Amino acid sequence: MTVARTGFDKVVASAAEAVADIPDGASLAVGGFGLCGNPIALIEALLAQGTSGLSVVSNNCGVDDWGLGVLLNAQRIAKMTSSYVGENKEFERQFLSGELELELTPQGTLAEKLRAGGAGIAAFFTRTGVGTQVADGGLPRRYDGSGGVAIASPPKEVRTFGADDAEYVLEESISTDFALVHALRGDRHGNLVFNKSARNFSPLAAMAGRICIAQVEELVEPGEIDPDTVHLPGVYVHRVVHVGTDIEKRIERRTVTEPAAASSGEEG
Amino acid sequence: MALTRQEMAARAARELQDGMYVNLGIGLPTLVPNYVPDDRHLVLQSENGILGVGPYPTEDAVDPDLINAGKETVTLLPGSSIFDSATSFGMIRGGKIDAAILGGMQVSATGDLANWMIPGKMVKGMGGAMDLVHGAGRVIVLMEHVARDGSPKILRECSLPLTGKGVVNRIITDLAVLDVTPSGLVLRELAPGVTAEEVVEKTEPELTVELVGSAG
Repeated sequence: MTVARTGFDKVVASAAEAVADIPDGASLAVGGFGLCGNPIALIEALLAQGTSGLSVVSNNCGVDDWGLGVLLNAQRIAKMTSSYVGENKEFERQFLSGELELELTPQGTLAEKLRAGGAGIAAFFTRTGVGTQVADGGLPRRYDGSGGVAIASPPKEVRTFGADDAEYVLEESISTDFALVHALRGDRHGNLVFNKSARNFSPLAAMAGRICIAQVEELVEPGEIDPDTVHLPGVYVHRVVHVGTDIEKRIERRTVTEPAAASSGEEG
Repeated sequence: MALTRQEMAARAARELQDGMYVNLGIGLPTLVPNYVPDDRHLVLQSENGILGVGPYPTEDAVDPDLINAGKETVTLLPGSSIFDSATSFGMIRGGKIDAAILGGMQVSATGDLANWMIPGKMVKGMGGAMDLVHGAGRVIVLMEHVARDGSPKILRECSLPLTGKGVVNRIITDLAVLDVTPSGLVLRELAPGVTAEEVVEKTEPELTVELVGSAG
């Protein structure tokens, strides 16, 4: 850890400086859902730095040329833990050829694993995945490159609870070396406010990281964010990088209503 | 006559009552709100962290920070709220969402659902489907009655990897409406011009016929 810090001022001058100590083989929790709320400046800084062998926990893996897809395309990711990876052809190629390990995890279980990891909970029982390969094991995690499965997921403990003896599966929490997130606004202490559905996995990924790096569109002084409106307290955030409000944001599926139809709608 | 996709969505809309919190899967279920009458107020949940999803935006209101779980740009309705993914799935697992309408590849006689993976082909992932089938108050599957090759999709046992075991309450297809009950599958409605014999023939498990109306 070489990044200097004065008191609670967590601001780092650049994305490059903020990710400089992320080593090859590090584990990362990365915020975002689809391309929404991706910490793209931090991802591109990691790409430029050449870091490889990464183990990444994120709901998706970007698309071929954006989001985490840029690290994947440069073959910097060794393992992904995600709920859905269907938008990325290079992902499919690397996975089926045995270059990339994949731990598919139900979306709600993934969110809770990250939250629990940041909240000191080692594991939890959930109904999600009971009676499926998630609990019973056998999900392919790595292929051998010739059509066979080299590593399959192991079975997990299942226990019954409650008056109806419902079955629950034991899921372990996730903590990572680093977390990378994007926020609309942050102050120098690392208090963060997210924008609309760009919040998604970001607070949870942030909590799961032992060192959390946040890129923020607006950097403000402590006191400028109403404490009641803070989405993620600064205690979870270790470095803040100001990236500006003109940072590029991409849309995966641009769906629109024609103005005539909208005028009779419920916008209001 | 089998129902069209639009007619299937319209039939599914009849499942949704005033005051319900509802989660809709991607694909055909996203058409369902088009057929909900104006006097029936629903709140749509999107599992990436929205309650109160509105229609698609006009071109000038498109916001990359406001998408639904299908990654489509959307709007927010008055009374909506935004939250993180752990809170979103907390309300799903916690039984706060009244109904989920999902697509299906196979459903078994005991309500097992398979809708996320075909072994040997690319595995895209289960997304939030495994959480939804255990959490939603009522799980309704909206799918074609048979596969493209004519083989049944409603089976004694699913052959594809499961999304959830014993989780489906009702199946709405282009031919019929069926309920999963403790005593097996019950045929409740037929599409106009479709006979009970045809549905029985295109459904692998045994059906009890207790018709209560038309699916058209």
